[in-house]
Amino acid sequence: MTSPAPKRKLAINRLRDRKPLDHAAVDRFLARNEVPIVEGARCTFLFRGDADEVLLAQRVVGLPEQMPMRKLRGTDLWYLVLELPEGSRVNYQLEVRRGEHVERLNDPLNPKLSYSPVGTSSVCFGHGYQTPEWTGPDPVARQGSLEHIEVPSRALRRDCPVTLYLPARFRRTSTYPLLVVHDGPDFLQYAAAKTVLDNLIDRFEVAETIVAFLHPKDRLTEYTNSTAHSRFLTQELVPRLETTLPLMGRPSGRCLMGSSLGGVASLSAAVRSPGTYGSLILMSGSFVFTDIGNDHGGGPVFDPVVKFVNRYRAGPARVADRVFMSCGVYEPLIAPNRSMVPTFESTGMSTRFVETRDGHTWENWRDTLRDALSWVYPGAQKFVYE
Amino acid sequence: MSPRITLLGPQPRSSLRRALGDLDPEALVSTVTAGWQEREVDDAELRELVGLRTVNLSLHARMQSVYDEDREYAHAEREHEAALAELRQLYLVQLDHALSAAYDVARGSDARPRLRERALTDSLRVVALLDAQHMQRVSDFQQAFYDAWLPQERPAVARNRDEIQSVLEGSSALAIAGGHVGELARVLHLFHVAPHLPARVVAWSAGAMALTERVVLFHDFVPHGVAHTEVYGRGIGVVPGVVALPHARRRLRVGDQIRMSVLSRRFAPARCLVLDDATRVPLDEAGGLPPDARVLDHDGHIASVEAA
Repeated sequence: MTSPAPKRKLAINRLRDRKPLDHAAVDRFLARNEVPIVEGARCTFLFRGDADEVLLAQRVVGLPEQMPMRKLRGTDLWYLVLELPEGSRVNYQLEVRRGEHVERLNDPLNPKLSYSPVGTSSVCFGHGYQTPEWTGPDPVARQGSLEHIEVPSRALRRDCPVTLYLPARFRRTSTYPLLVVHDGPDFLQYAAAKTVLDNLIDRFEVAETIVAFLHPKDRLTEYTNSTAHSRFLTQELVPRLETTLPLMGRPSGRCLMGSSLGGVASLSAAVRSPGTYGSLILMSGSFVFTDIGNDHGGGPVFDPVVKFVNRYRAGPARVADRVFMSCGVYEPLIAPNRSMVPTFESTGMSTRFVETRDGHTWENWRDTLRDALSWVYPGAQKFVYE
Repeated sequence: MSPRITLLGPQPRSSLRRALGDLDPEALVSTVTAGWQEREVDDAELRELVGLRTVNLSLHARMQSVYDEDREYAHAEREHEAALAELRQLYLVQLDHALSAAYDVARGSDARPRLRERALTDSLRVVALLDAQHMQRVSDFQQAFYDAWLPQERPAVARNRDEIQSVLEGSSALAIAGGHVGELARVLHLFHVAPHLPARVVAWSAGAMALTERVVLFHDFVPHGVAHTEVYGRGIGVVPGVVALPHARRRLRVGDQIRMSVLSRRFAPARCLVLDDATRVPLDEAGGLPPDARVLDHDGHIASVEAA
């Protein structure tokens, strides 16, 4: 009978056993390993330096927001081993305390960063996670173009900038579906939306689509169940685009998309105009609700959202034909999003829900674009046999 | 006289040479690369591969010129295509339920095999009925469109048809490349290519599909899961009784015996022809498959025609 092969010790434990465990040994250890060190499901986070306390700060639901790192005896190396399921992607920072002074910083040993409008954070790619290749520039893919327009809005009492994406090979003699994207500049900057569209359209995975990227002015008002924003979308923007561009002009050719509060704004506009939009893409929608009472814990900004979601949940209505939903399982919003699935399904809307091992991040939404877009507007992949 | 037809799989480097190898060195070969759409003109490699005098029929470019010249017709066709797309969506909704039912029945383990087989036969009849009705509706739509717009009488179309006929009459062979099968079928119909085929026709991938009576679309590996295999519409019909499946091993879950069995039985008595890389399938004079051609048998395996 053969016994199973002994499990290889973690790199940090092999280092701990080393004699002498001196400065030079730590130098060699750090030079040899990419940080965090990912060994199967176990990820070793490291910090090197003098400190009184080092904490790993992250927002994975189910884990403490701050986890103390341990100092490797006789060195200035701090470590924490965390188990992360296959395919995880976790944003984090380090909190270093020296006396009374506390500093929050990105991991100096890890060059991988996650970007967002509020700044950067370090990111750990768990075992099996790979940045999808279709999110990076493909020199062979035909490039669509971006152009900026201003849409005067009586509803919002301002001229609304919109960035239009026209697919490569755009022709006025063709007709295209329309995708309206909330938080447009962020989707372009942090979720590589143009690159993704170029690649997926070129590969026939997504139909040639015209995309309107919206620039919010005050998203905490406009995206929290605002009548004015919904009126802008349905009565001003879409009719104008359908007059000036070769768009299909039917519900099946109209889709609203948004992440976080943008998801709320998308659903809210569809609820106010059922049947106008054939599809919705709701990524990590901020669908905060209460089953009883008003204590939702989201602060005053979420009051109108909770009121809206509670009302919708009390009387769910079919507002589109298809709803694509996604959410990271490490987000606080995972439970509300899961709860919305049966609510949408109960109305007869065709609902597809995708969970990712990720957080409330732009990279998460970027990585989900392929699933979402190819489901809502499938390309000619099924037609092409080279 | 019926043309001699050879169907090829993808990557037809060697198989194309073999299919055309016995032609006179001075023979003219017409080519169709319309499936490549706006890349139709990038055919240098193909010309080299054929190794004979070639002329590209430029069907995609001709179609674009028709649209530019005859805006009224272009608009009408766009509306027509939109209606066909709606028709397709309605068919897919029905197909989704009917095929899911067939798979569920086929996979059911509780029922006695004899009863399950009967239920599966019934389910497949429903699927086949949907397929047949969709084909009929698409054909009726196409006919109504042609009857209303009479493309053959529109100068831009008629002129191109005449030119194409003339080139084909001077050609010894026609080589049809793959690409977008919908576009290919559309231009082959619009320019009325079928009645003027030269004595030899070689077609691969989407080109092979476009020659059949019934174009069937399939892709089991789309990003969001599995897409149902569906009937798209009519090809030019010079290869009867065959459902062409190029890239079968790459695009179908060939290891899923139940899916493959349903696929094969659904289109019976037509044969589901597996066209993998470099495959060469010379049809006999009656358009029949050779005994060694690879097809899906009713058990869901890939087998030769004689064994299936």
